[in-house]
Amino acid sequence: MKHSNEIVKTDATTIAKMVSSQEVPAREVLEAFLERISKYNDALRAFVYADIEGARTRASEIDREVKRGTTYRMAGVPIAVKDVISVKGLPLTCGSKILRGYVPPYDATVIARLRKAGCVIVGMTNTDEFAMGSSTENSAYGPSINPWMQSRVPGGSSGGSAVAVAAGMAAIGLGSDTGGSVRLPASFVGVYGLKPSYGAVSRFGLVAFSNSIEQVGLFARSIGDLKLAYSVISGADPLDGTTLTFDWNLTTEEGTKANVFRAGKVIEMSGEGVEPPVLEALDRTVETLKRYSIQIENVNIPHLVNCLAAYYLIAMSEASSNLARFDGVRYGSRVKTEGNWNEEYSRIRALFGSEVKRRVILGAHALSSGFFSMYYDKAARFRTLIKSEFESAFRNYDLLIGPTSPSPAFRLGERTLDPVQMYLSDVDTVPMNLTGVPALSVPTGFANAEGGLLPVATQLIAPYGREDTIFGVASLLEKAGLSTPKVVNPWGNIL
Amino acid sequence: MKIGLEIHVQLNRLRSKLFCGCRADYYTLSPNSNVCAVCLGLPGSLPVLNSGAVRQAIMVSLALHASPSTRFNFVRKNYFYPDMPKNFQISQYDKAGGVPISTGGEMELITDAQKPLRVKLTRIQIEEDPGRLFHPSGLGSSKYTLVDYNRAGVGLLEIVTQPDLSSPREARVLITKLRSILEHLGVCNTSLEGAMRVDANISMDGNNRVEIKNISSYKDVERALEYEAVRQSQLIALGKPIERETRHWLEEKGTTSSSRAKEEEQDYRYFPEPDIPAVELTEDYIKDIQDSLPELPDSRASRFCRDYGLTPYDAGVLVLDKALADYFEETVRLYPKPRMVSNWIQTELLRQLNEKKQEISELRFGPKELAEMLSMIDRGEISGKTGKKVVMEMALTGEGPKSIVERLGLARLGDESAIRALAQRVFEENPNAVKDALKNPEAVNFLVGQIMKKISGRADPEITNRVVRGLLKAQTSS
Repeated sequence: MKHSNEIVKTDATTIAKMVSSQEVPAREVLEAFLERISKYNDALRAFVYADIEGARTRASEIDREVKRGTTYRMAGVPIAVKDVISVKGLPLTCGSKILRGYVPPYDATVIARLRKAGCVIVGMTNTDEFAMGSSTENSAYGPSINPWMQSRVPGGSSGGSAVAVAAGMAAIGLGSDTGGSVRLPASFVGVYGLKPSYGAVSRFGLVAFSNSIEQVGLFARSIGDLKLAYSVISGADPLDGTTLTFDWNLTTEEGTKANVFRAGKVIEMSGEGVEPPVLEALDRTVETLKRYSIQIENVNIPHLVNCLAAYYLIAMSEASSNLARFDGVRYGSRVKTEGNWNEEYSRIRALFGSEVKRRVILGAHALSSGFFSMYYDKAARFRTLIKSEFESAFRNYDLLIGPTSPSPAFRLGERTLDPVQMYLSDVDTVPMNLTGVPALSVPTGFANAEGGLLPVATQLIAPYGREDTIFGVASLLEKAGLSTPKVVNPWGNIL
Repeated sequence: MKIGLEIHVQLNRLRSKLFCGCRADYYTLSPNSNVCAVCLGLPGSLPVLNSGAVRQAIMVSLALHASPSTRFNFVRKNYFYPDMPKNFQISQYDKAGGVPISTGGEMELITDAQKPLRVKLTRIQIEEDPGRLFHPSGLGSSKYTLVDYNRAGVGLLEIVTQPDLSSPREARVLITKLRSILEHLGVCNTSLEGAMRVDANISMDGNNRVEIKNISSYKDVERALEYEAVRQSQLIALGKPIERETRHWLEEKGTTSSSRAKEEEQDYRYFPEPDIPAVELTEDYIKDIQDSLPELPDSRASRFCRDYGLTPYDAGVLVLDKALADYFEETVRLYPKPRMVSNWIQTELLRQLNEKKQEISELRFGPKELAEMLSMIDRGEISGKTGKKVVMEMALTGEGPKSIVERLGLARLGDESAIRALAQRVFEENPNAVKDALKNPEAVNFLVGQIMKKISGRADPEITNRVVRGLLKAQTSS
């Protein structure tokens, strides 16, 4: 029997092995994590709903199955699920008042696949309302807090899952990355955060914010864990027409060997406005890669700076349409009115928070006749342009690198009053959503702030469909000791 | 007068809805029992395109001489309405980055005019049907409205014509022909309620165009347009302007009414549907469908003329209703006298259907019974006239012809002595006619007719003639 602190520090790959070999029962693994949830969740607000009884039942079931000889790839691995992913029987609110009371009758494809692999769903984690935000402050439940420093946001929108993984409340976290919503919080709390290639992971069951650019992503504390979980959730899904299967073999070393000879450091991501500790971390990454005989050159992606505008136009436009279904007729909150259905819709939809309202209104405007070609269509055309700039960069480089965020975690409330400042947090992450290429945020150091430490990160960006490349390079950084994500107790005490 | 139509055709012969696995034939299911996460638009659900719907849409496109797009996509049409689970409809469009499944096309119609009328099509597109609203105590007065989503997500084709029609009657001819084409293709059971719904545009001599919506049965198109034509003509005669507007067809009243709620121009904020990747079709795929198209009404009519010796008119009438044409061919298989069968179908059968306002599928007797009845006439067991009575009785009771003839005692009278007895009575009652007949052989027919009348035409005409001539001969010789 292991000490519970040892268990939560253990990576998911090892947990799965221990549970499979009956060295440690899944139930005991779960209790170690639940203990931390009960201890720290009030302060961190990572989970908005913990399914303690359901998780216990499932863990015991896995133990029974393992005894009967059933094999699982992720036996007993506790998973935190962002509250925008449908889990059968668990309340799904998307951090919004409008969905209060909705319990989905079906599992998202990623959930079904993780369950089948023997995972234990611990609960639903906090998010900006409908994943619209970069700090997890736009949540009907209140903000999540960065475990490294009480005054700081964990980043968003998948802040809850990021915190859950960083603070040892779950071994693996599921998030969604529409414009950086996995990578940004991963960088702010010092764990790995993967945004897959568009179409690599099924979106079936992910409540849509911006369908054409978002993907379900993963938080983990080791590259091995990331590869394991990713090999379980990725692959074509008949329920999502935009998915496909790539021919990686992530389960072998050979399958993710770093076949990288030349990497490009993106100038537009590493110039003015980037804080020194972030640049220093990037330099350390460059030095480490050089040690592995990877040649690093500067590369220009001239229109990278325009991505943010195009991103917000596309995301808001799609969101305005996606969120139309929340009208209180079929599910969620319902208000009793005497008026006609138009009046009833207006009252129900008043339950949206102000950021969601802002985006729905701006998106509807960008799509409306007379403005369509000026806004949505122009953004769509820009997307073709930026894709071609990435493609030409990838003709010369096997990998691109840059920061995940120009700064470490900002203060709570610092950007809530100025939406544009908040949107600027995504400046280094949205280009990969627009272009559909995979990207991983790798924790590569710390910044000193207010007498404590805040994690900073480097982003690894690969050509479309080359997650294997990313995993290979990240493994090198991990082996070299540059990237060593840790479980952290509030505030900033490494376990 | 210029009329253009937008015809919505449900792909109700598919196994499933357009984007999920729920049933396309929802007609008999209890409310909200044919739904899933996708067609209810539950958060997180995604549409996956039914490839069968694409195939059927291409079949229809090719049958209507439209050009299929080798690459097409879907768009979202955004508007709030309680029958729409997502508050947008996944549809197709030719603007805002949309490419419909096919463009162009043409239908050739036989009308009263000398030359066939050619009606051009603008485009054909695929879209999803919304759910249905029920206003328990009537539209406008109901305190609440119920929604049934069983229909939501069923595949629809929207077929848009150019305003090439110049009368309500021509509109009906187009709909009738289209219906037959769809039935021949096997893509739509058009008899089901709401399977073919029409919106019509009508403008009178350069005046504003009026759109009539909500014509939920193809049968009402002509009626709705006629009403609207009269309404507009009256306004013109009074020197009043015709508003450019959308009007609703009120089926029960047989009138149209202005739908003020929709007066302001709707902005549907179309944009490409991100959840359904653009579909690419290969030339081979299209060619394969082209090569395997079933026989369509026009070529079937030609075949009827060629193989069965029917007139183009008769063949045309039969093929305009696939079930009728099938009925005809099955009867001919059992009773190989095509022209005779065609005549009986076009007179007696259609009379029965028209009187009862029935479809051929509702007829209580099939080709087998019709063929049997025709054989009975051939064998002299009943007269042609009796045959009509038998048809009427079969339509009423569904009973077989033999049993009807037996039950009602309709068998032809072939007993010579019985006919002779009847003839003698007729001779006694009509001495003048007898005198005439002795001089004029033409007048014999009157006497024969009188005999027939006494027993409702059941006497064997050959025997009756012989008997009459025999009696007349006897009179001369005496």
